[in-house]
Amino acid sequence: MKFRTFAMFVGPSIFLMILFIAAPLATVFLQSFQITQPVVETQQVETCTPGFLEQTCVTETKTVPVLDEFGNPVTTTEWVGFLSYQRVLQLDRVGAALAAGSWQQIMAIDFWKALRFTLTFTLLTLPLILVVGLGLAVAVNNAAKAIRGQIIFVSLLPFIITPVIGSLSIYWLFVGDGILTAGLEWWLERDIAMFAQAWTIEVLMLFYRVWHVAPFAFVIFYAGLQTVNQDTLESAIIDGASRWDRLRYVVIPHLMPLIIFVSLIHLMDAYRVFEEVVGFRSQAHVISLQWLTYDFLEPDDAGNRAISRASASAMLTMIGIVILLIPLLRRTWRDHKGSSH
Amino acid sequence: MMKKLLLAGAASLAMTGGAWACAFENTVPVSSLSAGFEAWKSVTEAMAECGNFEAELDQEFRTKQPAAFAANPSLYQIGGVSNGTVTPLINEGTIRPLDDLVAAYGENLSPNQLIRVDGQIMAVAMMVNTQHLMYRQDIFDELGLAVPTTWDEVITVAEAIQGAGVVDYPLGGTMKSGWNLAQDFNNMFLGFGGQFVGDDSMPMINTEAGMKALDMMQRLTAFMDPEYLVSDSTYVQQQFQQGKIAMANLWASRGGAMDNEAESQVVGLVNAAAAPLAMEGGAPATTLWWDGIVIAKNITDEEAEAAFRVAMEGLDTEMVQGANDEAIWLISGYEPNRLAAGAIATATASPPPASYPSTSQMGLMHTALGNELPAFFTGERGAEDTLAAIEEAYITAAKEAGILE
Repeated sequence: MKFRTFAMFVGPSIFLMILFIAAPLATVFLQSFQITQPVVETQQVETCTPGFLEQTCVTETKTVPVLDEFGNPVTTTEWVGFLSYQRVLQLDRVGAALAAGSWQQIMAIDFWKALRFTLTFTLLTLPLILVVGLGLAVAVNNAAKAIRGQIIFVSLLPFIITPVIGSLSIYWLFVGDGILTAGLEWWLERDIAMFAQAWTIEVLMLFYRVWHVAPFAFVIFYAGLQTVNQDTLESAIIDGASRWDRLRYVVIPHLMPLIIFVSLIHLMDAYRVFEEVVGFRSQAHVISLQWLTYDFLEPDDAGNRAISRASASAMLTMIGIVILLIPLLRRTWRDHKGSSH
Repeated sequence: MMKKLLLAGAASLAMTGGAWACAFENTVPVSSLSAGFEAWKSVTEAMAECGNFEAELDQEFRTKQPAAFAANPSLYQIGGVSNGTVTPLINEGTIRPLDDLVAAYGENLSPNQLIRVDGQIMAVAMMVNTQHLMYRQDIFDELGLAVPTTWDEVITVAEAIQGAGVVDYPLGGTMKSGWNLAQDFNNMFLGFGGQFVGDDSMPMINTEAGMKALDMMQRLTAFMDPEYLVSDSTYVQQQFQQGKIAMANLWASRGGAMDNEAESQVVGLVNAAAAPLAMEGGAPATTLWWDGIVIAKNITDEEAEAAFRVAMEGLDTEMVQGANDEAIWLISGYEPNRLAAGAIATATASPPPASYPSTSQMGLMHTALGNELPAFFTGERGAEDTLAAIEEAYITAAKEAGILE
């Protein structure tokens, strides 16, 4: 292909990627090293607010932003180096906790608490999703042709549900005397509170995510199964390979690129776990890195938001994803290079 | 252009069913952004009777409002605010003083409704709200219990109710981690005579009042649903409606729901009393809130005038008479009902509870409390460590916001 033609095909895509991915990323990167503050002054302010019958007036010292002649708050922007990262990571406290050998003290710091959960969540859901997805695909592949369509349709349903709605449904099924908790209580004959401690919430989150994402893995693997070389399978049968042997030595190696693809996508998605925390209202017990960034960004009643710490936390999340993906990307790169010769 | 405007006007008139209930016919397009609870629905419906009015009711209004009002022209003419959420609007000067408009069109307002900042009217309040004690009168009668006036008495009563086993949990608590839990702490902390920040903006949480507040809250959780860290006002309201709890310190604005026959199994059985005291001689352990309207600054005077007149129609006696039980209204024509007694007793207590402070510091403190308190209730951290962590989180946030050096 001529370079000109190539550029015309790829140009729009590169332009949009710069506009919507690279530029925001660069802004966040810069913001994580800056702090923008309003210039404030203190004033004596008398405020009168209603009581039930008459007003109460109080005079207090208030901190208010200074406004310029157009009525906009005056702000200053400072380069602060790694200050926001330090405020998120709190390495000094981690050091003290390590010296004291206290795991609990480290877990009291939001970032490390979030990292602990995010990693556990990502690494536990990955194998479960691969196994469930592959299992479903093999089962459907072996099912009678007449009912395959229906089974595929039903298995895909969880994937279609919007994640926030899905997690809210699970929350409502289990919270308080929700229908499933009531069922469990009746069955086990004991009082159960699913949202009163961290581990039950985490189990529900794992269950929800596997239920939600396994259909994706299933569809990909099912498509892959259609391309398995039938001759190889037949010769394996003639050689006396069992069902399990065929799966292990013929099917899985054939599906390997797809398994890596599903793993890549899932690692990226699961590391950004967020909907479960919001839907399950689990902030007291379990938080994730993405939720931490969101919490920094969310303005309080007085309109303050911690943009610098949010940017630092977002950059740290991205670095985490990249580290997780390196082994898989290296493998794909090796395969790619191998096949091109 | 003119034709388009006329068409739009006709369409909105048709939608609102004409301007018959409004004293004037509004010709300037006006819109509002406010919270979405019942009282706001009634108020905005009454405003819509004037025509050319569009209301946006959104429980996430507080995250939108500062930016929407800072735009020029402002995206909304009328804002629904409370004393917690009005702070950024006043600080950034995005709402206008209302003295002239009140003089011209506010003849039905009482002086009590006018929120003054340094003498200037910045908002018009329509209702007050507070968290106070709601309790099941039938259970108290049956067990011969007196209505508690202090939190220590609440514990005694809760023990008696638990012993009798008449409800699942004696107490309900709006202790969902985050905003609600922090607000619950605020109530108790103020009740024990605490002060959030000093004049130098440094935190004063790690004090005796802080320790006592945490201790009292923890003792109360023993009588609550173990899932109290996910329970917000709506959840507690439902626990009441389904007869699962006997007492709770709940928002006055939730009172109407107790007698809503479509939802509630305890119609007529719930009464309200003043918020309990945390210590003898103190104020009720709660905060006073008001909800009301503001008018944007970045709009034309003509729009502001129309917006204010529309708003006055929404806050008139006719509206209150149609929605009497939905709030503790400050508007003339309001008849306090059985459930309003608690809020009135709270607001008129001596010494009275403080209004929730509308300051930047309080916003930061509220977030710090909401994020750090849960670890205490899950048992991950002791009381003193928690209070120290709150102060540390507040200081970090205050430095980033430029309030502390």
